[in-house]
Amino acid sequence: MIKTKFDYNKYLRKNTLPHIWCPGCGDGIILKALLRAIDKSGYSKDEVVITSGIGCASRLPGYVDFNTIHTTHGRALTFAIGIKMYKPRLKVITISGDGDALAIGGNHFIHAARRNIDLTLIVFNNYTYGMTGGQYSPTQPLDSYSTTTPFGNIEPPFDVCNLAQAAGATWVGRSTSYHAVQLEKFMVDALNHTGFSVLDVITNCHISYGRRNKMKSPVEMIKYQKEKAVPARSAENMTPEDLAGRFKTGILFEKKDMPEFCGEYYKKLETIKIK
Amino acid sequence: MTKNIKLMQGNEAIAEGAVIAGCDFFAGYPITPSSEVAEILSSKLPKIGRVFLQMEDEIAALGAVLGAALGGAKAITASSGPGISLKQEHIGYASMCEIPCVIINVMRGGPSTGLPTLPAQGDVMQAKWGTHGDHAIIAITPSSVNESLYETIRAFNLAVKYRTPVLILTDEIIGHMREKVVIPDKNDVEIIDVKLPGVPPEKYNPYNYTSGKVTPLAPMGEGYRYHVTGLIHGETGFPSQKTDVIQNAQNWLMDKIYKNIKDIEKFEEFQIEDADILLVAYGSTSRSSRQAIRMARSAGIKAGMFRPITIWPFPDEQVSKLSKKIKKILVPEMNMGQIIFEVQRNACGSSVYGLNVVSGEPITPDQIYEKIKEISKT
Ligand SMILES: Cc1ncc(C[n+]2csc(CCOP(=O)(O)OP(=O)(O)O)c2C)c(N)n1
Ligand code: SF4
Ligand SMILES: [Mg+2]
Repeated sequence: MIKTKFDYNKYLRKNTLPHIWCPGCGDGIILKALLRAIDKSGYSKDEVVITSGIGCASRLPGYVDFNTIHTTHGRALTFAIGIKMYKPRLKVITISGDGDALAIGGNHFIHAARRNIDLTLIVFNNYTYGMTGGQYSPTQPLDSYSTTTPFGNIEPPFDVCNLAQAAGATWVGRSTSYHAVQLEKFMVDALNHTGFSVLDVITNCHISYGRRNKMKSPVEMIKYQKEKAVPARSAENMTPEDLAGRFKTGILFEKKDMPEFCGEYYKKLETIKIK
Repeated sequence: MTKNIKLMQGNEAIAEGAVIAGCDFFAGYPITPSSEVAEILSSKLPKIGRVFLQMEDEIAALGAVLGAALGGAKAITASSGPGISLKQEHIGYASMCEIPCVIINVMRGGPSTGLPTLPAQGDVMQAKWGTHGDHAIIAITPSSVNESLYETIRAFNLAVKYRTPVLILTDEIIGHMREKVVIPDKNDVEIIDVKLPGVPPEKYNPYNYTSGKVTPLAPMGEGYRYHVTGLIHGETGFPSQKTDVIQNAQNWLMDKIYKNIKDIEKFEEFQIEDADILLVAYGSTSRSSRQAIRMARSAGIKAGMFRPITIWPFPDEQVSKLSKKIKKILVPEMNMGQIIFEVQRNACGSSVYGLNVVSGEPITPDQIYEKIKEISKT
């Protein structure tokens, strides 16, 4: 079989490049996987809306040729809910950093999950506030260092996937910027899911996080992702001690045919509309 | 033709006006004394196939409103006091990205939780300066239930026409009182609709800073793909740090409002022709002022009133013109003195007096009349 090269130019806004990301940043790998996934899912550029918050990750929408909204810090899901509810035919994707999605945007995160609204949230989880120079984030591992935990972090981190599932998301998965092929596959799956889907992508910020935690090059960070990722199926046979300091990857939770908020709303309208 | 007259509450009139204006979308979070706007729209909007959302907080509510507005909705939110404080970041975003929306503020006493069920006019300066950075805003202060309905329709029109958030500032008195309202027929009021731009997608720029004309906001999902960001952006919508782009963008946010002030301004003058004392009063305070003027006139004191209906942009020209003729000006407000500074700024040599009541009670005609008498002796 002849493998044709994917034409990223079809989706990139070339006049907005070069991007702001540091050389070696994981965000570009996720961007490319996202473009391939959207292409595979068959959505047209006109029907895709991408909202994002604020941060390095959240700069993504500016570079891609869809309907794109770079909103305020933490609030991207609220804009996504607004446009999805008003125009349900649109495919709405939200891009957030870990700080964006889980610190300042944590409330919107759990409520979007609770509603099970048909949106896909992709969390670019680099364990840090990359854009503002590496302060600690709500996913930063215990005992690691940042510009605001100079003596080591004592706050336990969120597990994005457990939180999403507990709050009501009906598709939950995790991959990394190392597992680029798997990442694309999970994105296609998340995009095809009807309901709130959350994909946690462990990505590298060697600049703001890595160099304070003995991983100052992108290579070391990519190695970390490779070594610490445990496929969900393998994890089943591992002890908590084996799993310490590692994270599960895979489609971790999926529940089909659950009531989806946008669909339920318009179904309800049918029963009350005054003709 | 028989008139459609109803007895209505102020908050109900706002909901009614929104529906007449073609409102498609409401998102809010409950707070006294504005909750009735949400409650009424939670029934009205679904009945006409539109969207009502109760969000997790006021920031989310305005975020959802702006998301829907980018899709082409005529969208509204309503709140009070603490809720309006939470909305400030997204008011700035709407200003910066030029997204039309209507924000109802049924004012209650502040700061903080303040006086949930009692009236105040403490948010007029917040309406202008609440969010960070320079930007113009349109804010409207209706003084009756009937006016609440018509000004809500006008707010939607101005929002779409100038691509800006428009605030309506009522207060607990107007929001909760019941009065006669003449419900207009849809065909009897001007309604400005959201339209597709007159150019094909490949020629469309979401912003224009130099032609003097407001570019229509293309509803997303209709083939006009563009980028929206709260970063300073050029006419294509993409972020820019070029000094000339920054300057143009900043100028435009002011110019599009201030250069169209004749179209945006609205005011009422009451018995000012021969007045020796001018009251500048807005919202519910103008009602007591009107009565106080009648009391003063029957006692032989010639008082009159200038009532801004559009409070922002402030009617500088009218106030300065009037102050050339009338040398004593009284500004009664249910706050510690806010609009009085705007009046002073425009007063050409007149003496400006304040009457400030912040007790949770409306300012009474008697209180204003006493002040008029006092001023008349100076
Ligand atoms: C309301 C508000 N607070 C703070 C900031 C400053 N700020 C910008 S980005 C950011 C953190 C970004 O971290 P994350 O969401 O993890 O994204 P990353 O840069 O790591 O991709 C912060 C705190 C802001 N822009 N707005
Ligand atoms: S600071 Fe970190 S997250 Fe931001 S672009 Fe650089 S490497 Fe990427
Ligand atoms: Mg981060």
